[in-house]
Amino acid sequence: MIPAQFDYVRPTTVEEAVQALRDGGDDAKLLAGGQSLLPVLRLRMADPSLIIDLGGIAELKGVREDGDSVVVGAMTSHYDVARDDTLRQHVALIQEATKTVADPQVRHRGTLGGALAHADPAGDLAAPALALDAQFVIAGPDGTRTVAAADFFEDYFTTAIGEGELLTEIRFPKYTGWGARYEKFNRVAQAWSIVAVAATVKTDGGSITDARIGLTNMAGTPVRARGVEAALVGQSATEDNVRQAAQAAAEGTSPTADADAGSDYREHLARVLTGRAVLAAVG
Amino acid sequence: MARIRTTVDGLVYEDDVEPRMLLVQYLRERLGKTGTVIGCDTSNCGACTVHLDGMSVKSCSVLAVQANGAEVLTIEGLERDGQLHPMQQAFHDNHALQCGYCTPGMIMQSIDLLGDNPDPSETEIREGIEGNLCRCTGYQNIVRAVQDAASKMKPGASATQQSSAQPVAGGGA
Repeated sequence: MIPAQFDYVRPTTVEEAVQALRDGGDDAKLLAGGQSLLPVLRLRMADPSLIIDLGGIAELKGVREDGDSVVVGAMTSHYDVARDDTLRQHVALIQEATKTVADPQVRHRGTLGGALAHADPAGDLAAPALALDAQFVIAGPDGTRTVAAADFFEDYFTTAIGEGELLTEIRFPKYTGWGARYEKFNRVAQAWSIVAVAATVKTDGGSITDARIGLTNMAGTPVRARGVEAALVGQSATEDNVRQAAQAAAEGTSPTADADAGSDYREHLARVLTGRAVLAAVG
Repeated sequence: MARIRTTVDGLVYEDDVEPRMLLVQYLRERLGKTGTVIGCDTSNCGACTVHLDGMSVKSCSVLAVQANGAEVLTIEGLERDGQLHPMQQAFHDNHALQCGYCTPGMIMQSIDLLGDNPDPSETEIREGIEGNLCRCTGYQNIVRAVQDAASKMKPGASATQQSSAQPVAGGGA
């Protein structure tokens, strides 16, 4: 299938992109890596009159350190995120999850910002962003504002990015020395996660001193498994302790039922995968 | 219409295209490069894989306008002076195809894989080509072919880079 007709602009600065959004009105659509948008356009599930391609904006690409944070430009590709040394050292969890996204070709084109703004509940990067307390920098006609991950994901495919705005940066606090694991359960290669668990854990002499856990596809938005986090802290990192704590993983979730899995099976997966993810993260 | 200038398999092309034209359509319908095939049309199968500025992409999920100023390499640009690329030769030698429809994409992705990882394990090969589906399920010989090519493309193997001499040609149509 071929997309319906649209006009196309390729701004080279964020300012130009904001202006293009203003000119295009509510019928304009931002194109990041295009690995979700182009299939949607081809299936004619969307019919924008204007495509604003962010691929020409150099300032939106790359990873840099900024004090206690690591800042990732929204248009940084999954491929570059997965290979970045700074992220490997300080934000390993986002890298672990990124390596599982789709397939190599899609990771070459797809971007961190595009995936987060798309906010597919089965997408793999929202749960780690939530677990890591990422901050989302959003540019619009009135300048920039910063939104915490807990407020960014609002509903299925819905974020705090407003009309006329675009996501420019994702800021991660540093988790230097924390273990990390993204435990993904899907049916076949390159399929969406039925459930996945993002866990990053700090240990000291065999004891868990801090833990952050995010769940993929257990609700319309990513969910923090705060009950598990609380139960882990102060425990020695034994298999029994971790599996016991993981029993709380599905608390407060509202997983969907679909052709892949019923709600109760998703809750079961959340508990099992949380145990596996935490055990792998503590190494 | 948008004006694009793109290098494809070593030749420079300039064309006016509709913004909605997919890269795979441009390659096939404007340039006649039908070696790159369309399989699923939903970004799953990888049959349309080409290299865009040295990285494998599914050309059904890239707009032709996004390739403006870029270099595209398709299956048709691999052969040099009548010699198959080592990956093509390895697919031939190992009978790494049944119906052959996935082959162009498999070969392009396998070359990309070896660019990142010149000596992949069997698991790394299977993960490296996970975006390419063989509906004949002929993966066994495909993996063997990639292993074979990897052993023949190790440092010291003959260069496969494109020539930089590039006359300008119109895309036609």
